[in-house]
Amino acid sequence: MANVLAVLEQRGGALKKVSSETLTVARRVADGLGGEVHALVIGGSGVSGEGAGTYGADRVLVASDDALALYQADRYAAAVAAQAGAAGYEVVVVAATAMGRDLAPRIAARLGCALAADVTDVRFDGGVIVTRPVYAGKATYTLKVTGSPSVISIRPNAVAAVPDERPGATDAVPVEAAEPKAKTVEIKQPEKAALDVAEATVVVAGGRGLKAPEHFQLLEDLAAALGGAVGASRAVVDAGWRPHAEQVGQTGKVVSPSLYFAVGISGAIQHLAGIRTAKTIVAINKDADAPIFKAADYGIVGDLFEVIPKLTEEIRKVREG
Amino acid sequence: MKLAVCVKRVPDSEARIKIGADGKSIDETGVKFVLNPYDEYAVEEALKLKEASGAGEVVVISVGPDTAQETLRTALAMGADRGVLLKAGALPLDPLPVAQALAAELKDGGYDLVLFGKVAIDDSSHAVGVMVAELLGLPCVSAVAHLTIADGKGSGEREIEGGGEVVEFALPAVVTADKGLNEPRYPALRGIMMAKKKPLEVKDAGLGTGGLDVVSLAYPPERKAGRIVGEGADAVPALVDALKNEAKVL
Repeated sequence: MANVLAVLEQRGGALKKVSSETLTVARRVADGLGGEVHALVIGGSGVSGEGAGTYGADRVLVASDDALALYQADRYAAAVAAQAGAAGYEVVVVAATAMGRDLAPRIAARLGCALAADVTDVRFDGGVIVTRPVYAGKATYTLKVTGSPSVISIRPNAVAAVPDERPGATDAVPVEAAEPKAKTVEIKQPEKAALDVAEATVVVAGGRGLKAPEHFQLLEDLAAALGGAVGASRAVVDAGWRPHAEQVGQTGKVVSPSLYFAVGISGAIQHLAGIRTAKTIVAINKDADAPIFKAADYGIVGDLFEVIPKLTEEIRKVREG
Repeated sequence: MKLAVCVKRVPDSEARIKIGADGKSIDETGVKFVLNPYDEYAVEEALKLKEASGAGEVVVISVGPDTAQETLRTALAMGADRGVLLKAGALPLDPLPVAQALAAELKDGGYDLVLFGKVAIDDSSHAVGVMVAELLGLPCVSAVAHLTIADGKGSGEREIEGGGEVVEFALPAVVTADKGLNEPRYPALRGIMMAKKKPLEVKDAGLGTGGLDVVSLAYPPERKAGRIVGEGADAVPALVDALKNEAKVL
C-alpha cells in the first residue's frame, strides 16, 4: 500500500497552523494513491499530535525526547528517515518553513530520492504533479514526480487547509539516542516579538518613500491594527533601516498573504516577483507612474504621511465595529 | 584554513524571464547572468576566514554550463584562489544529482569548511548545500546570518520565524549563507586582471537526471487589472470599503 508521511511542525508542543496545510496536501496525495496519511510529530516530551486527525491523518506518530524540544537537524532527519525506512512511504510531505527548508533536503539525501521544494500546489493525475514557482514567481514549472519515494515541501499559505476528520490514533515511535552533529543550543527571541512576513496573513511593507527609518512606526501602527507583519523593500534593508528578515522580494522572502500593502515602494521587478501570489495588493505611492500600481488591485496616489495615519484610524474603526 | 565555496550562475534578479520555444525552459537570449547573490556572501565569508587564519586556500566550485566559467572568474576576482567547473548541460530541477556531483568533488578535498549560498535565486530549492552535508556526513547549519569559527569549532545563527536559532558544531562542516552575514567585496580591477591567470579546471559533472520531469514552464496567471481608488487621504474610506466589501479581506 502506498502511504504518505506528513512531517508536522510544532512550537512549544502545539501543532503550527502550517501543519494543517501539510496534512491537506498529504491527504490529497494519499487519496490519489489509495493509501493512508501518517503524521509524524517530533518534539520534546509532552508533545502530541492533537488535532492532526482533523485534517486527514489516519495515524499520528509521536517521536518525543527531551533532547528534541528544539529543532536538532540531524536527529530530526534521522527520526524521519527511520520511520520512512521502516514503513516505506511513497511520498514524504514537509512544510517549506525555516525548519522544513532545512529538514526536507536532509530527508531526501538520506532516502536518496527526489525533492520537489517549495511547491505551491500538488495534485494527483496518474502520478504526483507539483506546481513550482521559479525565478521568484516570474515563471512556474509543472513537474511530474517520477522518482519513488519522493519528498515534497509545500510553501506556507499556498494551499488552503481542508478539514477531513479521521481517527488519528496516536502511537509513540522510538527515538534513537544520538548526539547531534550540529547542536541547536538556544532560540533567540527579539525584544519585540514580531510576526514573520512569510507567515502573516497581512503584510504592510515600506520602501524608500518612508524617507527615514523612524517613519516605519507608521507602518508598525497600521500592521498592529490589522494584526499583520511589517515588511520592507530591498532598498531599505540595504540601507540598514530594517532587518533582512523583513525583506520581501527575490532576494528576500516570497510572501502569499491575503492582504499586502506596498507603501512608498516603487515596484522593482525583483520586489513584484515576491508578492505575485498575494491575494489582494494595495499600493500607496505619490508617484502615479510607479510600476507598483500595475501590480496592485487597489491604489491610492498620494502622500503616505497623510494617507497611512488616516488608514490606520479607519481600519481600527472597522476592526472595533 | 582550506575552504570550498559552491556557487551557481543565475539570471540577474532584475532580468525579465522569457519562456523558450520548447515551453519547458527559459530563453536565455539577452539575459544577464550573475554570480548568485547569496553565493557572494559565502565567497566573502570564505575569504575573510582564510585571511583571518593567515594561510590556506579558497576553492570555488560550480556545476553548470561552459558559461559558468565567467561566474567562477567573478569569485576568483573577489579573491578565491582557484576554480573547478563541473560541466553539465541543463541542470535538473531535482537538487539531488547536483548535490551528488558536488559531494563527489568535495569528498577527498580535505576542506575545513564548505560554504554555499542559502538559496539560488533561480530555482530556489534551498537544498543543495544541506544535501551535500548529508551526503558527506558533515554537520551543517543552513541560512546563517552570523558565523563564528575558532579552534576547530563553529557557531552559527539562523533565522527562524520570529527569532533565531543558535547552532554549534565542530569542523569540518558545511554552512549556507544568508544575507546579513557580511558585506561582499567588489572585485577590484587588479583582482579582475589576476583572476584571468588563476587556475580553473573544467571536468564533466556526470550528472544524473533526478526524479522530477518537466511537464511545462509557464508564466504565472496574470493578476486582474486593478484600479486607483483615489488621491490622498480623502481616498481612504473608499479603499477601506473596497477591502471590506469587494475583496473581503478585512
